[in-house]
Amino acid sequence: MSTVEAPPLPGGVAPAAGATARRGVVGPWLRMLRSELVLIFRRWRNLLLLAVLVGIPVLLGIALRVSVPRGGDGNGGGLGSAFLFQVAGNGVFLAFLALTIMLTLVLPLVVAVVAGDSLAGEASAGTLRYLLVVPAGRARLLSVKYAAIVVFSLISCLLVAASALIMGVALFPVGPVTLLSGTTVPLSGGLLRLLFVVLYVSAAMAMLGAIGLALSSLTEHPIAAIAAIMIIAVASEVTDNVPQFAVVQPYLPTHWWLAFDSLLRAPIDTTELTHGLLSIGVYIVIFCSIAWAKFSNADITS
Amino acid sequence: MSTGLEVTATGPAGDTTAPPVATAGVAVATHGLTKRFRGGQLAVNELDMVVPRGAVYGFLGPNGSGKTTTIRMLLGLVYPTSGRHELLATAMPSGAARVLPRVGSLVEGPAFYPQLSGRANLARIDAVDATADPGTSAARVSAALERVGLLAAAKKRYRAYSLGMKQRLAIAASLLQPRELIILDEPTNGLDPQGTREVRALIREIATGGVTVLVSSHLLAEVEQICSHVGVMRTGRLVFQGTLEQMRARGAARVQVRTTDPERASSVLESLGLAEIRASDGEVSAQIGEHAPEAVNRALVLADVPVAGFDTPRPSLEDLFVELTGEGFDVDG
Repeated sequence: MSTVEAPPLPGGVAPAAGATARRGVVGPWLRMLRSELVLIFRRWRNLLLLAVLVGIPVLLGIALRVSVPRGGDGNGGGLGSAFLFQVAGNGVFLAFLALTIMLTLVLPLVVAVVAGDSLAGEASAGTLRYLLVVPAGRARLLSVKYAAIVVFSLISCLLVAASALIMGVALFPVGPVTLLSGTTVPLSGGLLRLLFVVLYVSAAMAMLGAIGLALSSLTEHPIAAIAAIMIIAVASEVTDNVPQFAVVQPYLPTHWWLAFDSLLRAPIDTTELTHGLLSIGVYIVIFCSIAWAKFSNADITS
Repeated sequence: MSTGLEVTATGPAGDTTAPPVATAGVAVATHGLTKRFRGGQLAVNELDMVVPRGAVYGFLGPNGSGKTTTIRMLLGLVYPTSGRHELLATAMPSGAARVLPRVGSLVEGPAFYPQLSGRANLARIDAVDATADPGTSAARVSAALERVGLLAAAKKRYRAYSLGMKQRLAIAASLLQPRELIILDEPTNGLDPQGTREVRALIREIATGGVTVLVSSHLLAEVEQICSHVGVMRTGRLVFQGTLEQMRARGAARVQVRTTDPERASSVLESLGLAEIRASDGEVSAQIGEHAPEAVNRALVLADVPVAGFDTPRPSLEDLFVELTGEGFDVDG
């Protein structure tokens, strides 16, 4: 698998240690990640959650096709309603609408289930001790667990976008995309922006995943970790909507999640996006550090 | 099987001054290993354990005596409060990545993913091993399953396995790679006699390959037949460690005299220089030591002690064990 050739080792190296050196680090790490992803994507519970992610845009598309009058003037209130009228004119906007709507609750919930389960699930099943005596290595295991959460977040967001895009193409007219700022870009440009939006939303979910990983390292009960993640997400969103908390709002984990709407304007205002990515990065670093601090020193008694 | 390495028997007071041993001949060595859990509970207290290479070491003690905590420390799952230890002459837990691939283990019962088959579970364990060759994974998984007799049930979900099968799958997981040391924590726990026999046969087979085996149990009888060495834990301390012969020798034979005149019998035994004389109604007993039983009997009779019965019983291993582990020992499991 790995093509890394280790230099000949000095004598007296145990065969197993020699084998590790020969196989390198990356190959076995990827093999472990693959095993982790297989475990996640073969669980009925997770597949059911992914099915919900695919199903909601389908229902959304049908509902809009039936109810929204064509050629709305698009002077509604928030981001969501701005998209609502755009969808009628261009099916691509169904993907933006679906991501916006699902970012408040459904996507965080799906990511929370997998992230909260990551370590706590292994601990409660007792498999954590068997992974560690293999030895998986605590740092290695934690990095693989987080990488799997990131991949899962990305796939979740891609599924939502793909499902919405297919419904949008099937039910609404598709063509050059008129952005929120009024400029029109070719369809390819619109799809590229959609890709960036998906990546941004995935990064936001990966941030929630880091919080989840940290919480998951603190307990042996996956349900407790999942619930705690959701409480944090919802509490953050509520606080973000109470004007009296304006001082703390920029520091809330969810505050910048919808900053991707600047990707749908021309020219793209990067200030908000930069703030958003910075917030996401800082949260990921902090919570991965907490997870490592806890997990590297924990007595595994489960 | 034994490497001929002398393991010192340790007294109950913990006078464990193990002689400096060549580390190459030692599979497991702990030095003052201690674990105090948060909340102050002292689970393992100043443990000095030596398992010679090639030994089958029965790690005995009642439930709650600290065996599992010790094993978790040996494997780097639980960090000691103080003390240190080596596995296969490698310091732990710093050398875990180097040494644990050569150590197979079963810790506190089997634990696998219930939704996966036996084979998929072993494949998962193998995928986590950085030293494992992915090219031979399938073959090694099959070989391990075959060795524990689970090949026919390989595709069955773990959830549907019987307890005995679960236990054997856990042993199979420890056999995925060639090992130098196998640590099995209560491998027969909860098994019926048939399952117990199977697991015991498996351990014996593993050991014949020269692999060092550390097997814990709260039942002496379960491991007595397969062990070369034993270590006995009691409330966090190692109260005995040595070969099975050393343990047997530790049980001094006693002389037991049934008589209607225990007083006179006592004084005769005392004059002979016997130790630990205990007199009760109709019976006197003492440690016989180096004295010949027939000489003791003759002395009694010559002193006009009416001897109605005379015996020199040796305590069984079980008796010694109960004596070591003290009250509250869960003899019936």
